[in-house]
Amino acid sequence: MDRLRGRAWKFGDGISTDHIAPGRLFHLRSNLFELAKHVLEDARPEFPQRVQKGDFVIGGRNFGQGSSREHAPTIIKMAGISAVIAKSFARIFFRNCINVGLPALMIDTTKINEGDELELSLFKGQLVNVTQNETYTFPPLPPLMANILSDGGLIEHIKKNKDFKFD
Amino acid sequence: MSQTLAEKILSEHVGHDIQPNEFIGVKVDLAYVQDGTGPLTVRQLEKLGFNQLYNPQQTIVFLDHASPSPRKELSNDHKLLRSFCHKTGAILSDIGNGISHNVVNEQYANPGDVIVGADSHTCTNGAMCAFAIGMGSTDIAVAMVLGHTWMRVPESWKIVVNGAFKQGVFAKDFMLYFIGSVKADGATYKALEFTGPAMDSLSMAGRLTISNMAVESGAKVGLFNSDEITDDYLKTIGRAEKFRPISADPNASYEKILEYDADQLVPMLACPHFVDHVKPVNQVQSIHVDQVFIGTSTNGRLEDFQKAAAILKGRKVAMGTRLLITPGSRKVLLDGMSDGTFQILAEAGGVITGPGCGACVGVHEGVLGDGEVCVSTQNRNFKGRMGNPNAYIYLASPATAAASACTGKITDPREFM
Repeated sequence: MDRLRGRAWKFGDGISTDHIAPGRLFHLRSNLFELAKHVLEDARPEFPQRVQKGDFVIGGRNFGQGSSREHAPTIIKMAGISAVIAKSFARIFFRNCINVGLPALMIDTTKINEGDELELSLFKGQLVNVTQNETYTFPPLPPLMANILSDGGLIEHIKKNKDFKFD
Repeated sequence: MSQTLAEKILSEHVGHDIQPNEFIGVKVDLAYVQDGTGPLTVRQLEKLGFNQLYNPQQTIVFLDHASPSPRKELSNDHKLLRSFCHKTGAILSDIGNGISHNVVNEQYANPGDVIVGADSHTCTNGAMCAFAIGMGSTDIAVAMVLGHTWMRVPESWKIVVNGAFKQGVFAKDFMLYFIGSVKADGATYKALEFTGPAMDSLSMAGRLTISNMAVESGAKVGLFNSDEITDDYLKTIGRAEKFRPISADPNASYEKILEYDADQLVPMLACPHFVDHVKPVNQVQSIHVDQVFIGTSTNGRLEDFQKAAAILKGRKVAMGTRLLITPGSRKVLLDGMSDGTFQILAEAGGVITGPGCGACVGVHEGVLGDGEVCVSTQNRNFKGRMGNPNAYIYLASPATAAASACTGKITDPREFM
């Protein structure tokens, strides 16, 4: 899961779980493959068709606000996104990202531009904006969350450890 | 050690005193899912290769978002969930029983409980002094099997509301004002504690409205003391033995204390398309309203419908405006039928739908048309929330909603008092 590289897709503040997994598509929740074809389309209509595996979703404040629907980070991951990077996250969404094995990082994204080429090294705690030649460091996740993420998600973590591994 | 409400409840469930920012394993008293999040939980349990639930009698599946189901995909989800309950012994709350949080409040939530639910408005039962938090489907799957979950102990904020609500101003108006002032991410991860004379004197219905919307400020939970109001409430619903008094210690340490004056509050609305985009009613009145929706986990209780009926009695819904009335639970439906509340609302032209989430989530029973405006008593107005991204949702109290239904425009309920 290290050295992930791709294009930055920039979104504004307050991207909600209705932007990510729209309410009118509630009936697709048990068909994640279909639902994923609409990921973030109410924020940027062109996104689902044009996103490439390895790309990054860049947000502002309170990314993922709203519902507890785990389908939201799940379909972002299914679209091939390397990581969601935002100035801040809503708490349920952040926890769900870790649980589904989608890296979520809190970084000041103000200076990241649409289309920038980014390279993420989770292990080193480093995000490089290759286009702008700028490096961001970020603190490690708390140990339990880091364990869940590196195991690939909560199900994998519990299967492996039979319980939560706090250190 | 002096403890806040959150610290007290969590300490009891961990077996020792805890501090903010500590990561803890917490025993869970109740775990539940709804029909939007439950199917994923069931599938994750299959992936986990689970054998049995930790405690089937503390595991509930609510069919409330698509109640009854409007299309076959959701009907098949319901089949999956019913079958899951049958196989595992989990409790099934089938269609028409009501919204998860509302039924949990009536039948299951106890002061001092730790409750987890696969729905962000699980925080509703913080009003019962339960540490009730929303999580994703997989977290709930694991809690159902292990009987515990993990948490980071939140910092506590004390929200003191002094004075008293004036006529026409209600708990919903305070909470909208609060969210408008701290913003949607202002209280992220915090445990809010609502206290002060204006909060302590609130009925359980008013407390539930406030706790329900704690998540809209980013908070983890919104707690009320377990006090005489809680005691009386538990007596009226036949669960008197579940009462015990719980309040924060006098010297408890809070990260922040915020004070408000209820005397200064006026009716408020959250405007499209964000919950913290809040304005007093006089700034948005006269906007034409196509649909008014009264119900939901925020304001779907008998007291809420009684407030609406007080305004709509002897009046008719305006031409060009629709009024939807959705009881939050079967109990509310029955109580409102026998005390005449729903008679009044139906005679005024209200459409009474079956207990459940109704139009709130955009699944059915009141999806908006292009360009339409809805005044709703729900807790969220994101673009697309009610099923059409090309529509506009204002959040308000039941009184404001009822007044607006009478005139066909956003209206100050105090004009009817």
